[in-house]
Formats: sequence, structure tokens, C-alpha cells
Amino acid sequence: MEHYNMNLTLKVWKQKNSQSAGSFETYQIKEVSSEMSFLEMFDVLNEQLIHEGKEPIAFDHDCREGICGTCSMYINGRPHGPWHGTTTCQLHMRAFKDGDTIVVEPWRAKAFPVIKDLMVDRSAFDRIIQAGGYISVNTGVTIDGNAIPINRENADKSFAAAACIGCGACVAACKNSSAMLFLSAKVSHLALLPQGEIERKRRALDMVAQVDKEGFGSCTNTGACEAVCPKEIEITNIARLNREYLAAGLAADK
Amino acid sequence: MLDAKIPAGKLEEKWNNYKGHCKLVNPANKRKLEIIVVGTGLAGASAAAALGELGYKVKAFCFQDSARRAHSIAAQGGINAAKNYQNDGDSVFRLFYDTIKGGDYRAREANVHRLAEVSVNIIDQCVAQGVPFAREYGGLLNNRSFGGTQVKRTFYAAGQTGQQLLIGAYQAMERQVALGNVEMFSRHEMLDVVMIDGKARGIIARDLVSGKLERYFGHAVVLCSGGYGNVFYLSTNAMGSNATAVWKAHKKGAFFGNPCMTQIHPTCIPVSGDHQSKLTLMSESLRNDGRIWVPKQKEETRRANDIPEEERDYYLERRYPAFGNLVPRDVASRAAKERCDAGYGVGTTKQAVYLDFKYNLINKYGRTEASKQGIHNPDQETLIRLGKEVVKEEYGNLFDMYEKITGENPYEVPMRIYPAVHYTMGGLWVDYELMTSVKGLYCLGEANFSDHGANRLGASALMQGLADGYFVIPYTIGNYLADEIAVKPIPTTHEAFEAAEAHVSERINTLLNIQGTESVESFHKRLGKIMWEKCGMARNEKGLKEAIVEIKALREEFWKNVRVPGEINEMNPELDKANRVADFLELGELMCMDALDRRESCGGHFREESQTEEGEALRHDDEFMYVSVWNYKGDERMEMLKEPLNYEVIQPTQRNYK
Ligand SMILES: Cc1cc2nc3c(=O)[nH]c(=O)nc-3n(C[C@H](O)[C@H](O)[C@H](O)COP(=O)(O)OP(=O)(O)OC[C@H]3O[C@@H](n4cnc5c(N)ncnc54)[C@H](O)[C@@H]3O)c2cc1C
Ligand code: SF4
Ligand code: FES
Repeated sequence: MEHYNMNLTLKVWKQKNSQSAGSFETYQIKEVSSEMSFLEMFDVLNEQLIHEGKEPIAFDHDCREGICGTCSMYINGRPHGPWHGTTTCQLHMRAFKDGDTIVVEPWRAKAFPVIKDLMVDRSAFDRIIQAGGYISVNTGVTIDGNAIPINRENADKSFAAAACIGCGACVAACKNSSAMLFLSAKVSHLALLPQGEIERKRRALDMVAQVDKEGFGSCTNTGACEAVCPKEIEITNIARLNREYLAAGLAADK
Repeated sequence: MLDAKIPAGKLEEKWNNYKGHCKLVNPANKRKLEIIVVGTGLAGASAAAALGELGYKVKAFCFQDSARRAHSIAAQGGINAAKNYQNDGDSVFRLFYDTIKGGDYRAREANVHRLAEVSVNIIDQCVAQGVPFAREYGGLLNNRSFGGTQVKRTFYAAGQTGQQLLIGAYQAMERQVALGNVEMFSRHEMLDVVMIDGKARGIIARDLVSGKLERYFGHAVVLCSGGYGNVFYLSTNAMGSNATAVWKAHKKGAFFGNPCMTQIHPTCIPVSGDHQSKLTLMSESLRNDGRIWVPKQKEETRRANDIPEEERDYYLERRYPAFGNLVPRDVASRAAKERCDAGYGVGTTKQAVYLDFKYNLINKYGRTEASKQGIHNPDQETLIRLGKEVVKEEYGNLFDMYEKITGENPYEVPMRIYPAVHYTMGGLWVDYELMTSVKGLYCLGEANFSDHGANRLGASALMQGLADGYFVIPYTIGNYLADEIAVKPIPTTHEAFEAAEAHVSERINTLLNIQGTESVESFHKRLGKIMWEKCGMARNEKGLKEAIVEIKALREEFWKNVRVPGEINEMNPELDKANRVADFLELGELMCMDALDRRESCGGHFREESQTEEGEALRHDDEFMYVSVWNYKGDERMEMLKEPLNYEVIQPTQRNYK
């Protein structure tokens, strides 16, 4: 891999807290190595700002390995930036070139209020899980793991859905701020396993009700979520969720 | 003074006996008892869930924005359990034995045996919760092998095992939140333990969004705050992983066990430049399928694929024919360092070795797949294509991650890897019940010192975290709380809460008021450099003594010249970091002191003065068969106690993986 350095202009959203109005600030940053990660570029910028006696930019991050789902930047109009199937923390600077201007904003959705600069409050996702995103078993009262054989195809599909990292990019990408991809990933993860069968109906109804309560918009099948999801969660999960929901609704009507 | 409270009786009966005789709390009383759980990784989330299910009133804390984001989420390769589903000779005893031996005979027999016993329950529990483990076509659970063992006992979910296990525990905990048994406080950082009449009775936490200090009461406090590998600045840990919770507890009287015991993981993506903020692990499971080598010629300039087979040195297979690429981590790391130091390293920095998948892509996976599909005499290309498909299924996300970071395609060229700080075996000293030396204060998961001795085997941290949380603490905490049922919740206006909060507040104010010229980050980097060079993969008396002096000086400079921007009563990530780095600057010194005391090599602790002629670690059981237990005496004074390790079942020998 050829390495190179670049000078960049950054336009970053600054907002003191949830009450105040925010605005863009412009920063210049020099000698950025193409080997850096996008967040390392932010580290360097923040070091520069601290040295100049200015406020650093607050952003969420933790694992920097694309798995915790904490990082959440809206980069040049796309959640997590230009690379397909990649979180902000795994995006590397070789995606950019010398002289580029990069615009960075927080997730924008009514259900995800901004806390500071690029950080938002995603606790709505936890409450959606609380509404039914689990299998109700207590600790210790279980049977042998191999007593429940699971057909490999379903196990694989379930795993693919369970790979969702709860980052919220799907919501940020959607013009309606719909949380359907996130929700459907959880419902699919559990519905595809025999262990999840028993609570299947109640789960779908309760979780959908919570999503509505949190103020997420409705799904109009634009597919924007699937296009930006860093874990490539498939939109077919939404179709599965709709079937689950419909079936549960019919059963409940009786 | 140091009583590990190991139950009497035969090793394999101790835990059952304990469970049969420990005190119980009846359901009505459980509802009146409050428990604080700090941390929601595998240890904390499983503990909070299990305790909530029992009916205790639990308050759980994490500094991330959601419990699901704890560092456990990043664990890749798998979790061990003595299920013997492969019928390859595994058993509870063998897992126990491998763990003790892997830990270079510096762990407690009784704890490790219990761990091996409950390992089988963990898998059952996780399956019941819907953890989508890898399966065979017949629908049953699949296994892979990890280092330091000769059986296949590792359960996994591609390269995302930690994620799937944590989501299972997180969901179980959220279920308890919905039921009102657990109250969750995310974006909260515990900054002190509150002690009343010699018992832990609560914590002071900072709401990281508003910046306010808050007080929380608990009849007992359970710390599950993870490891402290970030003392080294660069490690495979998440950026936020820190030692603050355990360090504050230590300063309130909880002893620290084996602080110098650090695990350096052999297979991580090498450092690329000064901007490096963390290092990325390439799971140990890859050593199953990859072969490690360096060129036989020094200063080799050819590209990896142009170096012919006979000019490659598969040094692990050469030095350790019995275990080959699957030697334990400490051995593999030192061997890589030895080759690089001797001038055989690869890549631009020469601080790397190759991890090559081609052989198994073709031979193991390619051929099996071809025969499954009925392709006779497949050519090389077909084999590679088929092999790639299988590897993608097994490790897909890891290969992608490597490519995103390095820009190189590991299906085509070998990975470049180098050892990096990964895990801390040391931690708060706990007894058999996982209670620290402070009454009512428990410590679970990576944060305690208990089960891995001087070196942890791969896939055993996840096992320990879940064992502690799901299966141990629910029993042992009852044994303590049974005597606390008459204690009414203590109002947080109590003077002990006042004093603890005032102490925390004063420190935060001091940090903000220094207004020096150096950033927190720059101090952290400098500390990391000292630790890596002098208390890293190889240690010696001279270096450690220098490190202690240097760290002291750095700490002084920090308190004079650090610059923390922003304000107190607001979200202030720089302040959070400053608090953590200030603690690392104290803990780092203790680690060096401990490493200095232990004039033997064992596991991950390699003292250059103590090695065999072949350069292997040389233990001195006559002198060092103990856990070093550090007691904070105030004003930076430390005293070391020793917990002797008495082996009743296993006969310690020099480890041999040849
Ligand atoms: C990249 C990587 C891969 C790994 N792969 C494997 C593997 O394949 N198999 C294996 O067995 N092990 C693996 N490990 C090791 C294993 O993941 C960890 O040891 C284990 O997950 C630690 O779990 P824990 O619950 O003890 O702590 P963590 O998961 O680190 O959780 C700590 C929790 O404490 C909270 N916390 C910390 N301090 C405070 C505070 N002051 N106030 C409030 N909350 C606080 C955090 O918010 C977090 O919730 C891996 C580790 C790494 C780094
Ligand atoms: S579905 Fe994808 S985009 Fe949405 S939260 Fe999950 S991982 Fe993120
Ligand atoms: S920081 Fe964890 S996914 Fe980006």
C-alpha cells in the first residue's frame, strides 16, 4: 500500500448541549497520514485544539474495531462515511485525498437528541430491547446445549441478524428516521431460533409498540438503511418482521 | 489476615459442598437488599441479570452510552467449556489442569476447578438465551481449538463470540430492567467506594452527561470493571477501558493481587505510526489455521509470496513440535520478539512476523470442500477458491478488519502481526467467594486476579466472566447478605457519603485548575512508553528500577502541568480521561514494583535474569510460589503480603510445549 499525507478542511458540528443551538465550525488539519483511521485524525485535531487553548470536539467511540457500535458520525452526508459495510472507527484516511473538505455531523433523528457536538442519546434502543428483545429464561434452569439441535441455515441467518451493533446508522440514514432495520434484526435473531419461538408473537407486538412510542418514523421501504448499515444487516429482515407482526396481530384479534 | 476461605474437602467436592452449606436469603428479604454492580461487560451484565432474577434490587453502572457496548463486546475467538462434545478426551479435570498449567502454576487450584465445573453450565445458559453459536450441519454445536490445549473445546460465533455472549447477557439484564429488578445507569462513572463501619456501602459516580456527582447506596458493591491493559497506552482494549474503579477500591483497602501479570498477545496488527491510538487483535483462533513464519534470511527484501517454502522459518513449529502454532500466548509472543530482535522481522518497521493462511486454505479447507462437492483432482485455483469460502465463514469479519486497517488482502498475502498488550491477569485480590479484602466489596471478571495465574489461556476470559456473574456470585453474595437483612438502606446524606463526594469533587477541581500546557493524551503516551519498554514483554531489575523513578517524576509533572479543557458541570471527555490517566500513573508504578519483587520468570512475566539456556521462562517455585498481595497504606506507601499457593492435586513442573 502506498502511503501519503494530506491537508484537509473539516466542517464539524459543534453544539454545547441538548438545549443549545449548534452550528458548523471549520478547522484546518495538516499532514494527515493515509494510514490513520478517521478517529485518529480526530485525535490529532483535538490535540491541536487543546494546544491552542480551544475546546476539543466531543465524539462517541470505544472499541475502534467496528463492534461496539459507539462511534456515530455522519460524514459527507452518509452515516459512517464513504466505505461500504464499515463503521466510522474502521474508516481509514486513504478514503480521502489531499485538499478534501469533509463535513461531519451527529446522527439526526428526533428519537436521538444531541448531547454534545457529535454525541447523541441512543437510549431509545435499550428501551426497545427492554420491551421484549430477549428470551425469558432465568439463570441455571436450562437443558443441555446440544439438546436443541438447530438447522444450520437458520442458525446462520439468526447470527447474521444478531450481528447488529445497535449503532443507529439505519435511523440516521432514513428520511423518516425509522428504526425498522434495527428492530427487525432483533426480532429475526430470536424468531429464527426454536428457543425464541414461544414468545415470538408477544415480542413482535411489544417491540413495535415501543418503537412507535419512542418517536421513530415509519418505514416506507426506501432501503437507505440497508445501504449504510456497517454490519450489512439485510432488509429482508424487515419483511420477516412485517410477517411476524401481521401474524401476531391476527392471533391477538381472535 | 489473608484468608482465601477455600472450603475444606476434596478438590472436586469443594464447590458442591460450599453451595450446600452457604447461608441463604429468603425471597422476601432479597427484595429489601440493594446491590450495586459497577460494569456491564460479561461479568457485570451476567451478575446483574442473575441477581435481579433472584429478586435483589440491583443498580448497574457503565460509562458507555449503553450496557451493550462494554469492552467484552470485542472478544473474538471463543469461549471454553469442558463439554467434550468432540469426544476427544476433554473433561472438567483436563480443563482445570490446562488452565493451571497454562497459568504457569500461579493460580489457585480451588478457584480454577470451580471454573472448569461451571463452564458446562455456561454453554447451556447461553444457548437457552438464544446465543447463535456456530453449528455443524447436523444442527449440533461446533468447536474450534485454542492455544495451550490439545482438545477442541472452544465454542464460538464466527469472530464475534464476545459480541454474541454479551448481547445474551445484556438482553437478560434488560429483561430485569423491564421487570423493575435492575436499574441501569449508563454514561455514569464510579469515582469512589463509600465505606461505613468497615463495609462497602455505596459509591460516588459522576453522571458523564451533566457532570454532576451522585451518591448511591448498596448493601454490597460488586466491581466488574474490566482489565487495566490501557496502562500501556497501546493495547487491544477499548479506548475507555480503565483501572479507576479497582484503583479507588484499592485505596479504600482492597488488596491488589499480582499487579505485574500482564498478557501480551502474539497476534495483533503492528503499530503503523505515531498517530496509533490502539492496537487490533487478530484472534488466537487464527493460529489454528494460520502458520507463523519469518524469512530464514536477515534483512529479507522480497515480498512474502516470493519467498520459497524452504527459505521460511516456521519458528514455532521448529521450536515446539508438540504444540506448534498453538503454544500458549506468552510463549508465542516471546518467540516473535526473539526473531524480530535477532533481525528477522518483516514489514517496514521490521517489528512483525507473518501469519500465513495459504497452507490451510488449500490443504485443510480447500480439499475438504472439494471432496464434499465431489470434485476430483481439483487444481490449485479451485482449492484456493473453495478454501476462501470456508475461511470467510469462519473468520470473515477478522479478515475484513485486517484489510480495512492495513489496506492489504490477507486472503492473498500473509498477515503481518506482532505482540501487543491484551489482558491483565492481575487485579483486585479476592477470596473464594470473590470478595475483596473489604467486607461487602466483590470483584468479578477481568478486574479480579483470581483464575489465570501468570498467563491466561485463550477463550478463558469469557468463561471466567460468565462463570463469576451467572454461577458464582449469586451463591456467594447470599452468604454475606444473609447477615445484612436487618440493615436498612443508609441515607446518602450520611457523613461517609458527604466525605467521599467532597474528596472526589476536590480532585476534579484540582485537575481542571492546573491549566498546564500538556494534554492528558501526551502523558498517557509517555507512561505507556515507559511501561512497554521496561515492564513489557521482557523485564529486568535495572529497567524496572528506572521505570519506578520515571513514573514518579511523570506523575508529579502531570499534577503540575496537565491541561484539562472544558468545565465540570458538562459532558467533558477530556476530564474523564484525565481522571483515568491519573490513576494509571499510580497503578503503573505498583506494577513495576511487583515485577521487581518477582525475581523469577513465570507465564507472561519474563525476567531476563531468570531463563533457561534455550531462553525459556524459568520459574522458582521454592521462592515464588505465592500470589503477591499489595496493601495500600496511605500516602503512596505500599506493603506486600503473600498468599502461599498450596497445590494438593497438581504437581507443578516446568511447562513444556515441545
Ligand atoms: C480484542 C479482544 C478480544 C478478546 N477475545 C477473547 C476471546 O476470544 N475469548 C476470551 O475468553 N477472551 C477474550 N478477550 C478477553 C475478554 O474479552 C475480556 O477479558 C472480558 O470480556 C472482560 O470482561 P469483563 O466483564 O470483566 O469487563 P469489560 O467487558 O471490560 O467490562 C467492563 C465494564 O465496566 C464498566 N466500567 C469500568 N470502569 C467503570 C467505572 N469506573 N464506572 C462505571 N463503570 C465502569 C464499563 O463501562 C464496562 O461496562 C478478548 C479481549 C480483547 C481486548
Ligand atoms: S441495523 Fe445496522 S445500522 Fe442499524 S443499528 Fe444495527 S448495525 Fe447499526
Ligand atoms: S468505536 Fe466501536 S464500533 Fe466504532
